[in-house]
Amino acid sequence: MVTVPTSRRPRRISRSLLPASGRGSFWFYLVPGFVLLTVIVIIPMLWNVFLSFTSWRGILAPVWVGLDNWVQLFHDGDFWLSFRNSIAMIIAMVVIPTLIGLVVAAILFDLIGKKFGGRVASFLRATYYLPQLLPGVIAAVVIGWVLRPENGALNTILGAVGLSSLEHNWLGDPSTALLSVMAVMVWVQIGYPVVIFMAALQRVDPELYEAAELDGAGWFQRFRAITVHIIRPEIFVVTLTCTIAALKVFGPVFTLTRGGPGNATLVPSYYSFTEFFTAQQVGYGATIATAMTIIIVVLSIAFIRAQDRMERAEEER
Amino acid sequence: MTAILAPSRRDEDQLESTFKLRKRTSRRTAADWVLLTGVVVIGILIASPFLLVLINSFKSPSDYAANGPLSLPKALYFKGIADFWNYVDFPLKLWNSFYTSAAAALLAVLISVLNAFAIGIGRVRGRTWIIILFLLANTIPQEGLLYPLYYMFKQVDLYDTTWSIIIVFTVIQSAFGTYLLSSVFGTFPKEILEAAALDGASRWQILWRVIVPIVRPTLSVMMIFFFIWTWNEFLIPVTMLISNDNQTVPVAISLLQGDKIMDVTTTSASALLGLLPTLVFFLIFQRTLARGITAGAVK
Repeated sequence: MVTVPTSRRPRRISRSLLPASGRGSFWFYLVPGFVLLTVIVIIPMLWNVFLSFTSWRGILAPVWVGLDNWVQLFHDGDFWLSFRNSIAMIIAMVVIPTLIGLVVAAILFDLIGKKFGGRVASFLRATYYLPQLLPGVIAAVVIGWVLRPENGALNTILGAVGLSSLEHNWLGDPSTALLSVMAVMVWVQIGYPVVIFMAALQRVDPELYEAAELDGAGWFQRFRAITVHIIRPEIFVVTLTCTIAALKVFGPVFTLTRGGPGNATLVPSYYSFTEFFTAQQVGYGATIATAMTIIIVVLSIAFIRAQDRMERAEEER
Repeated sequence: MTAILAPSRRDEDQLESTFKLRKRTSRRTAADWVLLTGVVVIGILIASPFLLVLINSFKSPSDYAANGPLSLPKALYFKGIADFWNYVDFPLKLWNSFYTSAAAALLAVLISVLNAFAIGIGRVRGRTWIIILFLLANTIPQEGLLYPLYYMFKQVDLYDTTWSIIIVFTVIQSAFGTYLLSSVFGTFPKEILEAAALDGASRWQILWRVIVPIVRPTLSVMMIFFFIWTWNEFLIPVTMLISNDNQTVPVAISLLQGDKIMDVTTTSASALLGLLPTLVFFLIFQRTLARGITAGAVK
């Protein structure tokens, strides 16, 4: 849903689209937006960066401690653990949905849509998209209910089909808690790439496929060389937006496990939240939050530049 | 599709082969059915948690204990839903979620229109950087703003009021809206603007009487998205809204998990009540959304 700006458009001398008017007074229209942005985003963001260099319990004035928090962060096993769990979230929200989404979108668009009718394809697409509509915490409550330990639906079903040896306290056992949270995220996320990729596939010229088929290209070759190639901008956007979302996961962890058991499902967002409001180590919480902000901003810039480079290379060919 | 082994047809007449190919793609092979089964199974897997929650919300705990989660309710049982409804004062939570989301969506669209008018139509100097600044505001993680916002709202007595949520999400949603709408306004037909200016309309009039009516479909899609996105928010609402009376639907339902009233069917009922509003919005706005889901996706 987010387009990535490219620097492709030719630089023109900036002129208002409205004739016979100086540019000065248009600034007036930016005032409300800018004041709000400054108060709600810019000042808090800078303040949070400042707090990462202080020790603060939230009551007396913050005490400047220089780089202490940052040194502590680099030696903090819990932080690195939470970061590892973020990578698990990226696998659950980016890698798995994008790969499955590519294949499923291609099947729905090329095969189901054409041979079994567009209605079947759009019905399936709507079904996949359903979990995307829910608030993240409600999705977590739904899956958490299925995974309930004593009398949960999954355990009961496993017992009923004679697999009672697999019955498990899914969210309470450190070895499966992270996988359970990942399952929630896969369930939520799977429909997003399917919808975006199916829309993108409409750009693919069917004659390209036919030509490739005539040249003897197999299905997978055509899929890789044509489909993936043409919808690459969408793959970029989906990967970027979902990676950012994966790094921000909070609600499902808060609702299902509170980071536990132990620290098995700790994620940076939840870690900073507990430092702010439970441990009341505001300075250290701000350090974790600042680290996440830096990682996300750097990632976004890197992604956008990579996409830009690729598009320019494409144009020069 | 995978089953179609394309033999080399180069030596055949091009037109004829294309014709044959077209004809052949309308025939369903065994592999087609296998793939159809595959995507249908995935669909059932995705839909099954919804169905399980639906049937078990109308079941009594003893019915659940006796017959498990897969059977249909022996008798329709509304006590789980009613208990949860009354326990959390659900209508109040619905109303809180509704008016905060609606107010934030409306204000965010208004701010986006004003910003985009200056950036897209007015083409103010440094607009690329302004857009990057707005995108940044939309991208950075909310935990990076959380404590300062919490502290500020406490100072001005907006902590634990729904105003805090309305203000924050007006800004965050309008940051995205500014970005989207600026590029829409940037391609606005110049002739229309020139004609309006010749007729003596002021900028303010041109914005509200000419531009806004023309881009209204885009604005309504944006407003629906902002509404749903605000409804679904969690981190900032759970931090700011500590009193029961101010909580939104997701916050109230999340905080009650593990509570003493939450037996297996009541929990199921809480999930059902949590997911129903968003499904209802989806049904109401389906048409607008179907157009909008891909709006802004890469061209």
